[in-house]
Amino acid sequence: MSIKLNALFSDSYVDVSQYRDQHFKGNRYEQEKLLKQSNTLYVGNLSFYTTEEQVYELFSKSGDVKRIIIGLDKVKKTACGFCFVEYYTRADAENAMRFVNGTRLDDRIIRTDWDAGFKEGRQYGRGKSGGQVSLHRR
Amino acid sequence: MSRRRHSDGDDGGQSHKRRRTSEPIEIEDRLESLICRVGEKSTSSLESNLEGLAGVLEADLPNYKNKILRILCAVARLLPEKLTVYTTLVGLLNARNYNFGGEFVEAMIRQLKETLKANLYTEALYLVRFLSDLVNCHVIAAPSMVAMFENFVSVTQEEDVPQVRSDWFVYVVLSSLPWVGKELYEKKDVEMDRLLNQIDGYLKRRLKTHVPMLQVWTAEKPHPQEEYLDCLWAQIQKLKKDRWQERHILRPYIAFDSVLCEALQHNLPPFTPPAHTPDCQYPVPRVVFRVFDYTDAPEGPVMPGSHSVERFVIEENLHNIIKSHWKERKTCAAQLLSYPGKNKIPLNYHIVEVIFGELFQLPCPPHIDVMYTTLLIELCKLQPGSLPQVLAQATEMMYMRLDTMNTTCIDRLLNWFSHHLSNFQFRWSWDDWADCLAMDADKPKPKFVKEVLEKCMRLSYHQRIVDIVPPTFSALIPAEPIFFYKYQDEANSALPGYAVAITVGNAIKNRASNEEILTVLKDVPNPNQEDDDDEGEGFNPLKIEVFLQTLLHLAAKSFSHSFSALAKFHEILKALTDCDEGKLHILRVVYEVWRNHPQMISVLVDKLIRTQIVDCAAVANWLFSPNMAHEFTRFYVWEILHSTIRKMNKHVQKIQKELEEAKEKLEKQQHKKQKDSGDEEDMERNSEDEDGQLEEQIERLQEKVESAQSEQKNLFLVIFQRFIMMLTEHLVRCETGSVDFNTPWYKNCIERLQQIFLMHHVTIQQYVGTLENLLFTAELDHHILAVYQQFCALQL
Repeated sequence: MSIKLNALFSDSYVDVSQYRDQHFKGNRYEQEKLLKQSNTLYVGNLSFYTTEEQVYELFSKSGDVKRIIIGLDKVKKTACGFCFVEYYTRADAENAMRFVNGTRLDDRIIRTDWDAGFKEGRQYGRGKSGGQVSLHRR
Repeated sequence: MSRRRHSDGDDGGQSHKRRRTSEPIEIEDRLESLICRVGEKSTSSLESNLEGLAGVLEADLPNYKNKILRILCAVARLLPEKLTVYTTLVGLLNARNYNFGGEFVEAMIRQLKETLKANLYTEALYLVRFLSDLVNCHVIAAPSMVAMFENFVSVTQEEDVPQVRSDWFVYVVLSSLPWVGKELYEKKDVEMDRLLNQIDGYLKRRLKTHVPMLQVWTAEKPHPQEEYLDCLWAQIQKLKKDRWQERHILRPYIAFDSVLCEALQHNLPPFTPPAHTPDCQYPVPRVVFRVFDYTDAPEGPVMPGSHSVERFVIEENLHNIIKSHWKERKTCAAQLLSYPGKNKIPLNYHIVEVIFGELFQLPCPPHIDVMYTTLLIELCKLQPGSLPQVLAQATEMMYMRLDTMNTTCIDRLLNWFSHHLSNFQFRWSWDDWADCLAMDADKPKPKFVKEVLEKCMRLSYHQRIVDIVPPTFSALIPAEPIFFYKYQDEANSALPGYAVAITVGNAIKNRASNEEILTVLKDVPNPNQEDDDDEGEGFNPLKIEVFLQTLLHLAAKSFSHSFSALAKFHEILKALTDCDEGKLHILRVVYEVWRNHPQMISVLVDKLIRTQIVDCAAVANWLFSPNMAHEFTRFYVWEILHSTIRKMNKHVQKIQKELEEAKEKLEKQQHKKQKDSGDEEDMERNSEDEDGQLEEQIERLQEKVESAQSEQKNLFLVIFQRFIMMLTEHLVRCETGSVDFNTPWYKNCIERLQQIFLMHHVTIQQYVGTLENLLFTAELDHHILAVYQQFCALQL
């Protein structure tokens, strides 16, 4: 009875993407491991006006949110379109990947991805002018 | 082609399995894929695909028989929506290889026993249904299937067993009949009649106490919310009247009749249902959700009636598709929309009804609420010309019937609706709902609209809400989420504590230490104290007010600011709220300042609990206090209460888990000791130390668990006590005043009490003894006691 029919029951929304943080302190293997255990999500394509409260409301639909860190322009220190959402459990973060990723917040389709974990400094955009780097990830 | 399989994450990509050759593994994967995907994406017919696959599998039997058996058993258990495809396949294999057919039946029986033992009742049901359809494929002899059904139905004669046990066995038999009723009646009509009579008798005498608690609407019109067994019985009776003519189920085996009827059949071994044990957890009863009937689909095919067996089969299959694919929303939507036979039914209506049926299921939806929102959005994307209209029609119908909708379901409806709107620029024909404007604000319809707008605001911002509704709706627009600071300006300088508030504010801004701030606060007079009482350390509500108002005012900018403030001054807050009154007062102040921003109140209360500045019971007492009576029917109050209960539950579970892990560790250690050899004296000394440490830890954890459970029990006692007090007072007042007690407030309150039982039934079950002795006694008003009795009747 142990057979699970892997062929059929995929969970692709929860898979780790191709993106790897180039500033990550550690090797590839460590980063992979953290991503697969992480309770933290990176959220991109936010409007610059999207507030912490809006993010809380939306992401609370998949579980209790531990904290939110709004991404800031390094120079202006204003919101620049991304944030981190940390959950208390991995299961809640997985449900966000399945059901919040790719839906709208503040009329924009937002994108979530696994993050190895928030560290001080990572809330700042790394683009030349201080905002986000507009990388095409896929 | 790579020989390595997908690497699993937890071993760092290095496969620990050393395989001698990879070929058999590849073939096994291929077999699994062939079987699971038979008929998909093929230009040939399903029948020719099945024929081809049967040939391939027959050829592989000598080498891969066990693997094939396991895969087929698994699809029987996990893919009920493709039941007849796989029974046909098994039929073809049996026709070609009689022994294989026999081994498959044996494997299925073994699996059935295992699933029952493991409390996997839904999977067991699918297995029995599969076996019954094998009768149609000439794999199993009809009389032996009837015998199995007779054994199942005889469970209704057992004494001292939970009703949900016999319910399940009856349900299994009835729900297999759409597939196999005709064949069984042709072969064994006398026995089948006797069986159905027994079932009839059982259904007439079984208790239905649980039903009111599970109904989405309390009204019988326009759609009765039928108990699931009653509905199925009506459907089977109608099927019988129609001489078991069933035309909806896809039966590929019909095309193979000439081949299959040549096959030899097997007899099912006699199967005795396993006896009841206290560990058995039978499925909870359900109510069948109906929002559409055949008059609601304006054009195209007609919806099968509520007592037609087609309705049952369609709904079963749609539920099963969701069960199989809920994690993959695009696949799920595509599978739902490509339902075989969709041209003969108004598929969009069925899909919408099934989805809302799950979302509103009591006690809980089968899957997380947000999944249904996202699934509906995917469906709208795939069918933009038709599905949104059906969805709008359903929403309109549910709005019309809000008066009799269960409060828990209204909560879920408004959560869904506001989240859905936020994905579609909040476009809605609000004017269609203008009727609610003329009603009292506490009536269900205006209340619903108000709460929806509040939730919409949380996902956007105040001005947006003003912009999206017609000006006539302005009374229902939520308040602007501003902070109310008592010591705002000089006009308030006469207020006691004003001067200290200014000083404290400056101190905080100048990064004064906690000691300095506490010194400043010493100057706040205590309105509760006598002038000559020099204690100064007791509960001082003014001190709390001055400090907390000022602190939260300075931190009002965002959630993060407020959380930082609470963290930074944790020490002071702990000192000020050392007693129960202090904890209560802190919550009152939070409400006072943020009463226009319920979301902020929620997150602050959450933080205050997590940082142990207030405890869960304090929050419950605060929500039920007279100060909050005017907010008692607001949605956010119940969000806070349920979140509080959940935190308490998770806390207990966490410590229990730590205790279990420590016990396991000790066991492993002692087990290891027995195996190890070596310097006996040293070993003994070391292990004694280790054991001692662990035993101490276990004792501490045991105490922690007991203390946490005691706190949890107390929380529920507080909540239930408060409900009983409020409801009793209301009922008595209405009786003496000779007015109808069934006001909107009463309906909300009694259904909120129900909601506590439903949402936390697993936990509450542990404390039933205490509840019955202390609170839910026979002296209680029967309206209130009924809720408790309904909860018990669920036999959860």
